[in-house]
Amino acid sequence: MEIYLFEIALTFYFAAAIVCVMEFFKGTRTTSIILLSLAVIGFLFHSSNIIARYVISGHIPIANLHEASSFFSWCIVMIFLFLEYRYRIGLLGSFIMPVVFILMLSSSMLPRKMEPLSPVLQSYWLGIHTVLAFVGDAAFAMAFGIGVMYLLQEHFVKSKHLGGLFQRLPSLQILDEINYKLITLGFPLLTLAIITGALWAESAWGSYWRWDPKEVWSLITWFIYAVVLHVRLIAGWRGKRAAILSILGFCAVLFTFFGVNFILQSKHVF
Amino acid sequence: MKVLVIGVNHRTASVDIREKLAFNGPKLEDGVFGLRKIPEVKEAAVLSTCNRVELYICASKGSAAADHIKDFLAVFHGLNRQDFEKSLYVHEAETAIRHIFRVSSSLDSMVLGEPQILGQIKDSFDFALNKKTTGVLLNKLMKKAISTAKRVRTETKIAENAVSISFAAVELAKKIFTDLAGKSFMLMGAGEMAELAARHLMNNGVQDVMVVNRTYERGCELAREFNGKPVKFEDFLTELVHTDIIICSTGAPSYVLVKEQMHKVMKERKHKPVFVIDISVPRNIDPEINKLDNVYLYSVDDLQEVVDANIHGRKIEAEKAEKIIDEEVDKFVRWMSSLDSVPTIVALRQKADEIKTEELEKLKGRLTGLDEEKMKAVEYMAAAIINKLIHPPTVALKEDTEDRDELIAMIKKLYGLDGEEE
Repeated sequence: MEIYLFEIALTFYFAAAIVCVMEFFKGTRTTSIILLSLAVIGFLFHSSNIIARYVISGHIPIANLHEASSFFSWCIVMIFLFLEYRYRIGLLGSFIMPVVFILMLSSSMLPRKMEPLSPVLQSYWLGIHTVLAFVGDAAFAMAFGIGVMYLLQEHFVKSKHLGGLFQRLPSLQILDEINYKLITLGFPLLTLAIITGALWAESAWGSYWRWDPKEVWSLITWFIYAVVLHVRLIAGWRGKRAAILSILGFCAVLFTFFGVNFILQSKHVF
Repeated sequence: MKVLVIGVNHRTASVDIREKLAFNGPKLEDGVFGLRKIPEVKEAAVLSTCNRVELYICASKGSAAADHIKDFLAVFHGLNRQDFEKSLYVHEAETAIRHIFRVSSSLDSMVLGEPQILGQIKDSFDFALNKKTTGVLLNKLMKKAISTAKRVRTETKIAENAVSISFAAVELAKKIFTDLAGKSFMLMGAGEMAELAARHLMNNGVQDVMVVNRTYERGCELAREFNGKPVKFEDFLTELVHTDIIICSTGAPSYVLVKEQMHKVMKERKHKPVFVIDISVPRNIDPEINKLDNVYLYSVDDLQEVVDANIHGRKIEAEKAEKIIDEEVDKFVRWMSSLDSVPTIVALRQKADEIKTEELEKLKGRLTGLDEEKMKAVEYMAAAIINKLIHPPTVALKEDTEDRDELIAMIKKLYGLDGEEE
């Protein structure tokens, strides 16, 4: 049953991604409403899928890469829906839903079997550490999307190309503001995720920090976002520079998430 | 009955002639009543704005009416008919209806898509309605002109995007800063366009205003006008640190603000965005400052390009609007022809027959003891009653009188025959 829920959610996200393309090139009020409804319905099915997996396996479903990227997309959609509700930013969906769909698609192609947890993972830290990390990463993903929107809009204003896309994109100030808020949300979550990870490592493996590639890359990511916040507060790096930094930061997040698994060997399953 | 539009607008007549033909103040009331006194004129309304003077008329005989109306205009305004006749346009029937719809939808305006005209049309019709100089036809036509204009407004983008430099500046400011409330603004120099833009900004919530002028006294004067703070020319760089929007129009022969200076200012204001509008010719602000992060410089030429592009966009939307107008004119013409008497007589007859059969059926249900013969007698009586009742209106409808259109509309209303009307 839970597999069908996943497929239905994937289908709705796919439909949303298609509407996104339409919205991007020729958006009207109708396309935005359709897009939002598709995202909401997809999100509901997706949530039921996650709950079902939780009930069946008895632990939070982030034990393999399939579950992890599914949960990650779920967090992104959640933040997206919240931002949409709070700010009603035109075109945000066009930048987010395709990413969600690609994440979900890659998740659907990974092995979905629910295997019993290895003893090392059987700990209450699993839930705390991973949820913190994923919500934080989702906030960074959203900051990335908003950053891209900022750069586009900034380009339009600077080069004086004030076409349809310029009209529909939100103002620079609001994009910059949301970007900042998302990073101030993601950064403490990432910090806590690293701390809880260290505590968990101590109880599981006997040492807080083992210079595991995943740990190293998390730390690099953490430093990037620390710099983003620091230069913003101290030197007033806002706007374009903040947007570029948040895009770079998210690249580090992605590498920590996927790259480390494929290129480097890590104790982390995902 | 014919719809007639007679008038002048900014394309056909000079201001001079438009002024002479205008119906201002008390002239408006005298005008509509005067028009109604012309024998052929059954309904009349007058629109008089600075760009157009138009008479909306419902007349029994088109050409004769037009002739008498021209005479009336000459007498009423104390002019020679030949002085203005060449500037006048006369539209009849379908063309007249299309003209009214195009005017109300702002397709005939000097600034395509400008919103005031709809309000002006509403006012002129409300006025005529109050003075009871309009009737069934013009009232319906006006309602349709207004709803058509609204349809054009919502279904096309004809009224979107600024088509004046000062509005374009405000629109841009809103894409840089979400909300202009609480933003500070510096006016450097003076000039009509700069002051207009300043006023638009203030209407949109900008509160903190600084005025810089080479001569301090003139600056103080302007500052009072804008309820702002005068700033000495030597001090403007320090104040720039707290300024979000700058409009520059100083008429200086060279740059008053160069990149290095702006760079320093940006550092001091922690790179908070600045929107700089340079409308001076020659330019007073080094175009290089646009290369600095978070500085957005627009010259008067840039803004003009934005405006030109928007005007072009409106022209494209106007083509869509024309299609909507075609549809609405079609509908209206169909409605007018339905005012013809034959279909009304048929509808009246049908309605009466329906009532008859309906009531007879009810009666059959209640009275069981009637034999066939008695039933026939009852049916005969019912038919006689409805025939007698609808005979006089039928005869009246068949008569070819001048006010037949009104009569038809009246009968439709009285007997509830207008099923398809909204």
